[in-house]
Amino acid sequence: MSEIATIKVTDPVIEVENLDFYYSGSKALHGINLGFPRKHVTALIGPSGCGKSTLLRCFNRMNDLIDNIDVQGHVLLNGNDIYTSSTDVIELRRRVGMVFQKSNPFPKSIYENVIFGLRIAGVKNKSVLDETVERSLKGAALWEEVKDRLNESALSLSGGQMQRLCIARAIAVNPEIILMDEPCSALDPKSTARVEELIGELRENYTIIIVTHNMQQAGRVSDYTAFLYEGFLVEFGLTEKMFMKPRKKQTEDYITGRFG
Amino acid sequence: MKTYWRTGEPCVWGTGAALAATLLIAFILIIVVMINGLGVFWPAPLEELHLKDGSTLLGERIQREPVHDGEGFRRQYKIANRDLYGLDFRWIDESNIVDVRYPDEAIVLEREEHGDFFGYLKSLDTVDLVFAADIDLYQSLLASHRKVSEMREAVEQVDDEISKLSYKLEKVRRNLIKAEYQGLAKNNPKVLELKRNQAILQDDFKHLVEKQNQNVAAMRVHKAVFADTNGQEQQIILADMVRIYQPNQMGLLGKSWFYAGKLKELILGQPRESNTEGGLFPAIFGTVMLIFVMSLFSFPLGVIAAIYLREYAREGMIVRLVRIAVNNLAGIPSIVYGIFGLGFFVYGVGGAIDQMFYPEILPTPTFGTGGILWASLTLALLTVPVVIVATEGALGAIPREIREGSLALGATKFQTLMRILLPMSSPGIMTGLILAMARAAGEVAPLMITGVVKLAPALPIDGNFPFLHLDRKFMHLGFHIFDIGFQSPNVEAAKPMVFVTTLLLVLIVLTMSSIAIHLRNKMKKRYTFGTF
Repeated sequence: MSEIATIKVTDPVIEVENLDFYYSGSKALHGINLGFPRKHVTALIGPSGCGKSTLLRCFNRMNDLIDNIDVQGHVLLNGNDIYTSSTDVIELRRRVGMVFQKSNPFPKSIYENVIFGLRIAGVKNKSVLDETVERSLKGAALWEEVKDRLNESALSLSGGQMQRLCIARAIAVNPEIILMDEPCSALDPKSTARVEELIGELRENYTIIIVTHNMQQAGRVSDYTAFLYEGFLVEFGLTEKMFMKPRKKQTEDYITGRFG
Repeated sequence: MKTYWRTGEPCVWGTGAALAATLLIAFILIIVVMINGLGVFWPAPLEELHLKDGSTLLGERIQREPVHDGEGFRRQYKIANRDLYGLDFRWIDESNIVDVRYPDEAIVLEREEHGDFFGYLKSLDTVDLVFAADIDLYQSLLASHRKVSEMREAVEQVDDEISKLSYKLEKVRRNLIKAEYQGLAKNNPKVLELKRNQAILQDDFKHLVEKQNQNVAAMRVHKAVFADTNGQEQQIILADMVRIYQPNQMGLLGKSWFYAGKLKELILGQPRESNTEGGLFPAIFGTVMLIFVMSLFSFPLGVIAAIYLREYAREGMIVRLVRIAVNNLAGIPSIVYGIFGLGFFVYGVGGAIDQMFYPEILPTPTFGTGGILWASLTLALLTVPVVIVATEGALGAIPREIREGSLALGATKFQTLMRILLPMSSPGIMTGLILAMARAAGEVAPLMITGVVKLAPALPIDGNFPFLHLDRKFMHLGFHIFDIGFQSPNVEAAKPMVFVTTLLLVLIVLTMSSIAIHLRNKMKKRYTFGTF
């Protein structure tokens, strides 16, 4: 693989240094070096199986759940390595929230879904909880739709509402970073537009890293884009520049839809 | 033709037929049991048959069938009066019958002993019980019987007191033996106190028994004279009669009332006549309590084991072996569990408990003999695989995204388990419990060697401290069916009770699983996903 076309980010919130990742012996990520800019949206793009979800799941150590994995290299969150034996994974996951491809509300009320993170942290103060629910649901642009039925089951919501509820649930614990793993792939165009709009609002306060298959979406929502191919980082830069004038042939082919 | 096969139509018909066949068999079973069981308590008319040889016969028709080698039909009659005739049932060829009448004044007596009496009331020998002058003979018999029943209630109360007292006496006796075992001297104040106590109790006991004997004697003075259809007279003590009725005079309402009374006795009463008559309360109680105690053990054990197996154990050779072993446990014959229960629980654990806590009264066992606790544990062992398999299935069916969603919010594995996974798998776990309960309710073989008895002197729960007596032997409907159906000296007379008991057992299983299914559906509504 030839040299990587990348740019230097000042004050990155997450810094990846020489990251190698193995699934039971087979290498899925090859020496990734990447910095994610603070309070911006960064999109991870690439064809299926290129390792973008694997990379995303390294940031909150979600890959730990899988047997027989091996991680080498460093992932620094605000300068601290999160892959040391003394890392508090629970604390890490509270600082790095995640929204999944398939919306996954718990079979509880809307209210309980939002405060789940606080409940398990042991918060019992009712006014704090109420306040959090309102703030998070407003933050996820869902408050107006559900404020009168907070005690109804979250499973009664529509697909798009469920996904926004999952975003509300993620921001309820006040994370620094929100990871999104193809959050719109199961949504209809209208709901997708709402979620994209929401991502635009969230960038004010949070760093967002989003994995997407959809080139237009990456173009619409992200400030920076990283293109991965077969476990290698190919190109990283400002979205606008990369989409207008990719520096690598592979990137251009992918963006213009010649493969992938 | 080939295309017809390819459409799969024959398969659809085949599956439908298989389902229909299963349902039909189950349905026929229930219907047979219901027809035979529900009709038992409906009072049948008494027929007076005049036969060709000039004799008469009073009885209740049971069945009619063609004569084996000959023409025409023969009928089976229940003629009762076992103490007079020696047998209760008689076959009569229809060709022998000259005339059939339904005499209004024919009486059925249900007795404490010797089965029913069919006949006619002749005279009353009751000492000043009612003024026989102003009402007719039958009415005054009924009135006297009511008075005697009141006296009997008083007698039963004293009986209760006596049994309580004897329980206390037994306790004191045990304490004395214990003191002796501990090597306390004969003049030790503790021993003296116990001895004094024992003397007082024995005195009370003697008084009570005397009083009771008087009561019983007073009650048994009242008699009545009856005659059978051939005029043979017999004196019967009123206290021995359970029910008196004239079936040929009863209207629909009277019969319904009678039926309801019999049902009440069945469910709340004690058995009589070596279990072929009377109630089934101890057996119902034993069955329900057995299932309940069994669930108490097998439910938590199975669920916890399944959680470890599914959530914490590392998939590998050992876990796979354990899973195969668990699945195979469900296929072991239940009698093997019974033998294991006898060897391990009764002799092993029970014996050890006796050695440790009740050494003074050995060789008389306390826990080292069959009892409801050991039977429940044996059944729990038998049903635990069912719970494990169901729980594992339910946990495995929860989508991965849900677990990840909880973990991604900073929940620990344990928090995820308690707050998300267990509530979500509760309907599946309930299904396992329902299956386990149904299996346990149907088992008889392992119980026969771990504590079930034909007639238990006391229930496992009563008013004597500590109220719950898990060491006691108990009665069980399933064993009851076996016992009265095949071990009874008078199988013909016990037949109706076999069907009634079967019906009751089926009903109990049905009720318990209905409750559990209702609970499961409630959980399902709360915890499962709609369409995405």
